[in-house]
Amino acid sequence: MILPEISFWMLAAFTAVTSIFTVTTRNVVHSALGLAASLIGAAAIFILFGAEFVGLAQILIYVGAVVILFMFGIMLTGTAIRPVVDNDQRGMAALVAVAVFIVLAAGILSSYGHKKVNFDVAFPTVLIGRALFTKWVLPFEAVSILLLAALVGAIVLARRD
Amino acid sequence: MPVAAPLLLSALMFSCGVYGVLARRHGVMLLIAVELMITAANVNLIVFSQLLRDQLGNIVALFIIAVTAAEVGIGIAIVMLLYRQRSTVAVDDLRLMKW
Repeated sequence: MILPEISFWMLAAFTAVTSIFTVTTRNVVHSALGLAASLIGAAAIFILFGAEFVGLAQILIYVGAVVILFMFGIMLTGTAIRPVVDNDQRGMAALVAVAVFIVLAAGILSSYGHKKVNFDVAFPTVLIGRALFTKWVLPFEAVSILLLAALVGAIVLARRD
Repeated sequence: MPVAAPLLLSALMFSCGVYGVLARRHGVMLLIAVELMITAANVNLIVFSQLLRDQLGNIVALFIIAVTAAEVGIGIAIVMLLYRQRSTVAVDDLRLMKW
């Protein structure tokens, strides 16, 4: 039972460091790559907690599609060489972020400070798939309509006319 | 393992996202920070799925991932439109909805 715990701490450290790097680096491309690393770390944590399908979907969709889309956005706007990075409210933003973290941490520690979690329940893909196509089939179809609408909307917004 | 550890990691990621949204000027970097916040929410869902031995958290996390993909597509399209019309991606320069 010690091995998953060690893996978790390593992955948590990796994810935390890359998350902080993502929002503090002054290079836009580095920020997108930091996001990719952070999301891979989160996906590994998902798999560690038994959510194998969600972890793999996370790598496929976020790292494979979303980060590449960000890269396209950065490259096509030419901001990789002419960066516009931060505004002048960094200090205040850091203060707000720390305050948010303190409030969240206080809430977590007071509600779940003594509870333990194990890594013993797995959610195999067959289980998720069965639930998705029986009980959750209506939201599933709604999401497919949403994706179609987003596709059409993105084309309408971005086309040259 | 204490369940507070992954929840605190999620809180840290969320705070990073809050900082990014507040401090960044670049439209794409703003979206990147929003992605961090959404992933923090997903970490919470997966951890509670394990804690409560219920697959609901997994299902909701999947839906969140799908909705995020739609959100990012529209977001990048808006940034591209912005760049084409105003030659800037700095969101601080946008003070009017219509001009």
